[in-house]
Amino acid sequence: MNIHEYFAYELIDKIKSKELTIEDIATHYLDRIEKIDGLIHSFVYVSKKEVIEQARMYDNALKSGKKLGILHGLPIAIKDLICIKNYPTTCCSKILEGYYPPYNATVIERLANGGGIFIGRTNMDEFAMGSSTENSCYGPTYNPWNLEYVPGGSSGGSGSCIAAGQSPLSLGSDTGGSIRSPASYCGVVGLKPTYGRVSRYGLVSYANSLDQIGPITRCVYDCALLMEIIAGIDPLDSTTANVKVVKYTNELNRSIKKITLGIPKEFFGEGVDESVKNSISNSIEILKDLGANTIEISLPHLEYTIPTYYLIAMSEASSNLERYDGLRFGKMTNDLSEDVFEAFSKTRGEKFGPEVRRRIILGTYALSAGYYDMFYIKALKVRTLIKNDFQSAFNKCDVIVCPTMPTTAFKIGELINDPLKMYMMDVLTCPVNLVGLPAISIPCGYDPKCLPIGFQIIGNYFTEDLILNISYLLEKELNIYRKLAPIN
Amino acid sequence: MNDEYENVIIGLEAHIQLTNLKTKLFCGCDADYRGKEPNSYTCPICLGLPGSLPVINKKVIEFAIRLALALGSKINDSSYFFRKNYFYPDLPKGYQISQYNKAGGKAFADGGKVTIKVNGEKKDIVLNRIHLEEDPARLVHLGSIVSSPYTLVDYNRSGIALIEVVSEPVMTSPEEAREYLKQIKSIVQYTGISDLDLEGSCRVDANISIKGHARNEIKNITSFREVEKALNWEFQRQKNLLKRGKEIQQETRHWDGRVTIPLRTKEFEKDYRYFPEQDLVPIGLDENYKEKVRENLPELPKDRAKRVQEQFKLSERDSEILILDKDIADFFEEGVVAEKSFDYEDYKQSFNWLLGDISAWLNYNNKRLKETKLTPKHLIEVVKSIKEGKITGKIAKTYIAEMMKGTSLSQIMKKSGKQKISDVNVITQVIKEVLNENADIIADYKKKNPKALESLIGKCMQKTNGQLDPVLTREIMLNLLK
Repeated sequence: MNIHEYFAYELIDKIKSKELTIEDIATHYLDRIEKIDGLIHSFVYVSKKEVIEQARMYDNALKSGKKLGILHGLPIAIKDLICIKNYPTTCCSKILEGYYPPYNATVIERLANGGGIFIGRTNMDEFAMGSSTENSCYGPTYNPWNLEYVPGGSSGGSGSCIAAGQSPLSLGSDTGGSIRSPASYCGVVGLKPTYGRVSRYGLVSYANSLDQIGPITRCVYDCALLMEIIAGIDPLDSTTANVKVVKYTNELNRSIKKITLGIPKEFFGEGVDESVKNSISNSIEILKDLGANTIEISLPHLEYTIPTYYLIAMSEASSNLERYDGLRFGKMTNDLSEDVFEAFSKTRGEKFGPEVRRRIILGTYALSAGYYDMFYIKALKVRTLIKNDFQSAFNKCDVIVCPTMPTTAFKIGELINDPLKMYMMDVLTCPVNLVGLPAISIPCGYDPKCLPIGFQIIGNYFTEDLILNISYLLEKELNIYRKLAPIN
Repeated sequence: MNDEYENVIIGLEAHIQLTNLKTKLFCGCDADYRGKEPNSYTCPICLGLPGSLPVINKKVIEFAIRLALALGSKINDSSYFFRKNYFYPDLPKGYQISQYNKAGGKAFADGGKVTIKVNGEKKDIVLNRIHLEEDPARLVHLGSIVSSPYTLVDYNRSGIALIEVVSEPVMTSPEEAREYLKQIKSIVQYTGISDLDLEGSCRVDANISIKGHARNEIKNITSFREVEKALNWEFQRQKNLLKRGKEIQQETRHWDGRVTIPLRTKEFEKDYRYFPEQDLVPIGLDENYKEKVRENLPELPKDRAKRVQEQFKLSERDSEILILDKDIADFFEEGVVAEKSFDYEDYKQSFNWLLGDISAWLNYNNKRLKETKLTPKHLIEVVKSIKEGKITGKIAKTYIAEMMKGTSLSQIMKKSGKQKISDVNVITQVIKEVLNENADIIADYKKKNPKALESLIGKCMQKTNGQLDPVLTREIMLNLLK
């Protein structure tokens, strides 16, 4: 077996047993990136020299008897919007060209202390605005299962690099499905934690009341492992919760005999592919065989999710992106005039891509005097209704199961000129962000074109342990989780 | 009421820096930025770097409670931060984290009042609210903002904690505005949250209108003293416009120290798109905490005025003047209470010295009492020495500059040899000389010219550098003139 065919936890064992060196592993992944990334374009930056240096350093430390962090020098790929000190961080936007943050995000500090090596920057939709990774200023990422298709988004590079075995671990961020969509389309595991479970300090904000950082990995165990490292309260992020972090890897094998799965009828309605429906039903049957009960539930306000989500996300984005004026960081327009406001306008007009401009303009409009009550306040009210829907659902069940995406991956260019249809792809993922719940996507099958299908488990607040537990058992039964995308 | 200002309505927003905080409002950067190298007191948070998040400084909450209690404002159990969105080079995030009392927002505290006295009449200036916000960066210009060839930005000030005190538009003259700000300054000083004598520690936006006409806002007046000037100028401008039959435009204006000039409307778009700041959780306050802060609240100016009036038998007016500057009032109390032999007359004399010649010297030299080396002991010595006839008040006054350097009166007297002459023989000798030399003035005196006596005493003083005991000199002079 090749190194990239192993799971992260297996590689850690091999390092511990001295079967492999950290440098062996790092070199293998770097070679693989070099070999196939021209086809996929998972990465927008790879720090080859530093990775090798760090791997050797860790090897030496290990030799001299030092104890390494839990990741033992494994490479980890980081989405291009989580700040790493003196490392390019551009959000795949021209406006941050040449920007090197002077500080580390909290998750980066934790991963570094946990023995991770940052192998590179993964491609994404500019400022995480998109569902296909087509909105990157560096060009799109291609789905490693079929290069004509999108990898999902916005964390497309983080999903594709795991599916193609270019990195054993990665981090993405999820505002309306940006972890789960690529996890689903690329056939890998992606977890969006409860809002407040993982620190956002150092995560460049898109919509700050919805954003969460989470792992994208090849198997549930690796996902649980990363969660143990990155989760927990952070004095630098006031919105993190003071809730104890469970040792998730210890909870994976619990029996699910008394667990009730809620099946929302709205999630299997119009627009959901037959192959997706079948695959999900199959997984539900497996969970039933493992002893889980099922109950049909209803989330009546679900039809308002998309407009509510986009109003809130765009409003917040319009404000969060105001700091990009070229004055303190990033690039300013060359066409400088005497007037500073004109310079700001020109810089933003030139450097932001079309989707980002669209969302800023719509969000600005929604927050403007006279429209604020009609749009933003109304959206907050609907958000509360959706929250109430989920709360009453969780009175009846322990988790909610459903598809992650209504369809499998679509073709590159297919929806790029139809933003509304593109937005509809988030219909099953974004309610989770509006309410702040945790949700995971794991691969559960393939459509007739051999494109992966994702199974979504939505948990109640801070029940990451339970959804990882159920995912772990399901993954074992489905037994497709070792499969990598067919690319070499 | 001053008829000149009939129908004028003024409201003030005072932005007060909490200069007694060690760190900024949302980050750990040192708040003592004055005189430091530009852009050296900064971090990812106050520079608004991508990914950074604000975390509230807990001490700010305590300070805000103190001020709210002192102003009698109603503190909200839960208040929220909002974003005020606009583009400006001094605003690193493109929005200011502030508080808002509309659109579902709640300010830190609502209402309250400040009592002022103008022409002996008391008036309550009712407050709308007080709220917390962050200070933008400092823009540095060469000369005036209008003519400077460049603008430099210093982010050391970015993120400094501000409390904004918003009055209702109830002031009816620039003089009232001045008195209101004087009281605010005093209250802020007593609560120990800020030193408003520091440059730029308080900036005021003033709304002024003439009843029935459009309102103008004068932005960013950079000191309390300038507010009255700016309001006077703006009022005259509005009155003159109306006199010439023109209507007043609603606009935002800038006070440049001499005149108000309109700002381009583009720079201050009114639509700030306020909406909740969700990087911060609401400020929740329980009664216990508020009570704890209340218990530790120092004596407030109005209570102190009442107390010193009774304790030292000062007039109401004197008490109010005395307590206005806490440093001076503390100095007074330390000085007079420490001296057991003092009676009410001595208290009054101490007051006269402090609020008279000493304050005049401080104002003239633009210094604060704290910055001098004068101690309460020095003042006690002065009052006692005059009382015991060791020196005349007139001479003592000439020594103020020396005393401010920390030299005691006895030391000065020793050095200058200017001790008071109380020896009757010496005084008589001097007077006789003067009388011999000034027959014409004696003639005037006989003609009952009241100035003649003073002139003769003056000549005696001239001869002796003012060292003669004035009471004795007068007595002996009158005897000899009989």
